[in-house]
Amino acid sequence: MEIRTQADRPIEVHKFYSGAIFGAAALALLLQTFLPRKLPGADLLDLPLLVTLYFGLSRRNPSTGLLLGMLIGLLQDSLSHSPIGLFGISKTLVGFAASSIGSRIDVEHPVSRFFLAVLFFYFQLTVLVVTRRLLLAQPEAFFALNPLLAALLNAVLAVGLFAILDRLRKS
Amino acid sequence: MLALHSRHRSLALLTVVVFAQVLLLAIQIKRGDQVRLIRFWSVSLIAPIQRTVSWSTNKLRSGWRNYLGLRGSAQENAALREELARLKLRNAELEGRAAETDRLSALLGFRDSHRDVPMIAARVIGASAAGTSKTLYLNRGEADGLRRNMAVITPEGVVGKLIEVYSDTAQVLLLNDKESGVGALLADTRTQSPVGGTGEPLLVMKYVTSDEKVSIGARVLTSGQDRIFPKDLPVGTVASVRPGNPFQDIRVRPAARLDQLEEVLVLLAHQEHLPQKAAPDTTPKSAVKPASAPR
Repeated sequence: MEIRTQADRPIEVHKFYSGAIFGAAALALLLQTFLPRKLPGADLLDLPLLVTLYFGLSRRNPSTGLLLGMLIGLLQDSLSHSPIGLFGISKTLVGFAASSIGSRIDVEHPVSRFFLAVLFFYFQLTVLVVTRRLLLAQPEAFFALNPLLAALLNAVLAVGLFAILDRLRKS
Repeated sequence: MLALHSRHRSLALLTVVVFAQVLLLAIQIKRGDQVRLIRFWSVSLIAPIQRTVSWSTNKLRSGWRNYLGLRGSAQENAALREELARLKLRNAELEGRAAETDRLSALLGFRDSHRDVPMIAARVIGASAAGTSKTLYLNRGEADGLRRNMAVITPEGVVGKLIEVYSDTAQVLLLNDKESGVGALLADTRTQSPVGGTGEPLLVMKYVTSDEKVSIGARVLTSGQDRIFPKDLPVGTVASVRPGNPFQDIRVRPAARLDQLEEVLVLLAHQEHLPQKAAPDTTPKSAVKPASAPR
């Protein structure tokens, strides 16, 4: 499917097989709860973030992007000990922002995906920190070595994961 | 156009979704003081409004009280002023009574200490009609035993003498009248000299020679030589001394407050019938008639 933007630049909106989005999101959430118990360092991964980011960039519809982000985030919250809405807000914003960016820049190239993953990792982190500070009165550092490592790790994973998820697209 | 509309819709949706989740967070979260965030927010949101409403209400109430509610205050104010004037009058009356009580008490004390000296208390009921003469009218007269040339005093000192006596009133020539005079002496040196009025507040001691040493503040007493006033009654104190030839110019401040007299004592016997010294504790026990209170 192809739509035109205000600049009359054609952008491609990808469609996915039925249930692929929810299946991928559910799997990401499941792995997110499972892997850290089995794989050391897996707690640095944020698979729900990557799924949200991918479908946001691919669908390029801010409304569906933010709703998907909200759904994934709320589920992530409900599966964690964090207050319900903490990741919901952050992933809602990630979904919205990713959908908005996806219609403006090339999101298909692995390098751009790598940097987008890093960018959105920090974007989510920023939203989380701000939310924690403002709402929960929980001071948390914006920048630390651990988040940087996590961002890089997630970015590397994103390049591979996105390539796998590309296979779920309808041709 | 379609994209723009879609984008606005997305932004609105984003706002709603984020806001809903923030509310969701707020409902769950308790702050450090165990107050749920939603309650904290609600209070934080409502409190300024409450403060504003309260402030506005207070201002309105104040405005009503201070302006609109004062429509009937003019009458109330007038009534209060009237009440205030009445109370002031009443207060002045009471103060006057209190002062009168004090004065009468002093008179009574003086009379008690001179129980053997016949005297009668009299109230001042009038003053001179002309400023050139210093006279008073008393509420006692011939019917009360008053006669011309009787001495009029207060516990503080000499006031004057009776110059006219009617059936129920009498006229007093004050000590500071130009025509007035009293036989006096300086208490320290016993130097005798008449003291007369000048028409001014101060009296003048007329015939003290320049070689007499007179100090300011020296007490001046009656000498008894005038046969009106008993001896050693206070006349006043020396206020100023000017050298002169052959006599000094000595001014005496009257002991009695001649301009504020309200009650006086009239000695009912002439000096020749009185003991030579009317001062307390030295008065001989030769009472002629006990004193009575002013009517």
